[in-house]
Amino acid sequence: MSPMFYLYLSAVLFTLGAVGVLLRRNAIVVFMCIELMLNAANLALVTFSRINGNLDGQIIAFFVMVVAAAEVVVGLAVIVAVFRTRRSASVDDVNLLKY
Amino acid sequence: MRLLAAFHAAANPNAIPAPHIEYRAILPMLIVFGVACVGVLVEAFVPRVHRAVTQTVLALAGLVAALVAVVANTGLPRRLVVQSAVAADGPTLFIQGTILALSIGALLLIADRSIGADSDFVAQAADLPGTEQERASVRAGLRQTEVFPLAMFAVAGMMLFPAANDLVLAFVALEVLSLPLYLLAGMARRRRLLSQEAAVKYFLLGAFSSAFFVYGLALVYGYAKSVEYGDIATSLTSSDRGDSLVIVGLALIGISLLFKLSGVPFHWWTPDVYQGAPTPITAFMAAGTKVAAFGALLRVFFVAFGGLAWDWRPVVWGVAIATMVVGAILGVTQTDVKRLLAYSSIAHAGFILTAFAATTRASESSVLFYLVAYGFMNIGAFAIVMLVRDADGEANHLSRWVGLGRRSPLMAGIFALFLLAMAGLPPTSGLWAKVAVFQAAYQGGAGPLVIVGVLASAVTAYYYLRIIVLMFSQEPAVEGPTVVMPGALSAAAIALGVAVTIVLGVVPQTVLDLADKAVPFLR
Repeated sequence: MSPMFYLYLSAVLFTLGAVGVLLRRNAIVVFMCIELMLNAANLALVTFSRINGNLDGQIIAFFVMVVAAAEVVVGLAVIVAVFRTRRSASVDDVNLLKY
Repeated sequence: MRLLAAFHAAANPNAIPAPHIEYRAILPMLIVFGVACVGVLVEAFVPRVHRAVTQTVLALAGLVAALVAVVANTGLPRRLVVQSAVAADGPTLFIQGTILALSIGALLLIADRSIGADSDFVAQAADLPGTEQERASVRAGLRQTEVFPLAMFAVAGMMLFPAANDLVLAFVALEVLSLPLYLLAGMARRRRLLSQEAAVKYFLLGAFSSAFFVYGLALVYGYAKSVEYGDIATSLTSSDRGDSLVIVGLALIGISLLFKLSGVPFHWWTPDVYQGAPTPITAFMAAGTKVAAFGALLRVFFVAFGGLAWDWRPVVWGVAIATMVVGAILGVTQTDVKRLLAYSSIAHAGFILTAFAATTRASESSVLFYLVAYGFMNIGAFAIVMLVRDADGEANHLSRWVGLGRRSPLMAGIFALFLLAMAGLPPTSGLWAKVAVFQAAYQGGAGPLVIVGVLASAVTAYYYLRIIVLMFSQEPAVEGPTVVMPGALSAAAIALGVAVTIVLGVVPQTVLDLADKAVPFLR
């Protein structure tokens, strides 16, 4: 099977994630969409690693995973802090700062 | 040790050779990372009463030591170190020195507890705003001293970001600098809802933009078979892959970088986060992040993707014009001083982008000079914003600033000096910074950008001068805010800002020469 299919799949996943970030209203779901984008990038990295015939891409994917894990720690802390204050995780409700 | 390594190599011919690391060259970053890690341990082992002092001394000592290490490293040859992952060249040292000096200023603001009732930071971030629990924490005199290690991690990330010579390291540095800032943005003591909202917005948009960076990285890796800047530059002429891979990849990476330096149209987070974050953090973020992001932008675009300059230059033109215009025009309508400074920072990003668009050697050095000038005037301006207070904390609404010059001529005068610098008027550093970038842009063939830049400067000058008029020409309101006298630490930060702004305004040549000697980026 041509590795190109995996690239197409990763592009679709990345786009789905980006659309999700822009359209979804729950901060947790937005955050999951961002993780989807990162994982789409991982898929692309691993596929390119196979196409290029070197291991760099696979190593980079590990780096991305570690960073994504750190991002979850920070992100959930921030989102939970807001949720506890407002009893809502909707990004439409965080609207005090504007213009 | 060497014997042991030789034994291992003999026993196992497939052993991975240990990487060669030039510790001296990366010493400044190691110091700051080390101090950040020690700061975490201090949180765990030092009794609560001593923590704030210990952390302040530790962080300041670390920054000063790192600055000394940067200065000591200026004599070293320019080269790629750590398996060519880090570039130890002139711009790296110049930018790292700038970031460290700015961080010292910002750290003085973070550490100062004499302004207001206590510090600008929340007593305990986990307490719900407005609850008895929160009041109890405040009464107990608690203080979230984790702020210091977080800030140090951010500083280390800022130092690594422009020094990184491959995209993976740049990505890791980007996250190391961003993640602590997301948390710090949410830790204001007063107006905690705004602060938490700023943190959420900053985090979601920042994570969104770093996802773009990773995908761009993946595409560039697919094109160049490597993520090292030198290899990418070589592959631009030799790769057998389609150009669309690298162009889309570069666009995605560019989006992420423009987000960090708040270039239009990726600037929407800036005013919200600047307003909501605790003011010392806003000062730190506005100065440090911008310096680091511009350093990385220059290195990525000039070193790795210089061969594509024909493709990206028109886009940079568009972004520069949009950034200057939006920063200038939306700034006029602002009524909150922190938001106004946020739009001013957007406009400044636009001015710097004009020189960047010229893609010459002069544009590199003029950007470096601008970053120094801009960083210090920002630290100083936000430091003064911290001082104007009423019962609820900072009085950020501009209507509250009416007549402040009559009430406290010294502080208002210093603020006016920073505003003049931002407007680019003599006798300040801002004038020479603007002259340098516009000259570089003009000589590099970006004449139209200079015209837009001058017009946008005129508009921004209007809103800076309006504040000066507001402060000095009218009588203060009866119930107006007071200007508290700064403690020793923030007074030092303000003095640092004033000194740099005036010295660079009167004798800019030394630093101009220094910036000129620092460039070009190691290719």
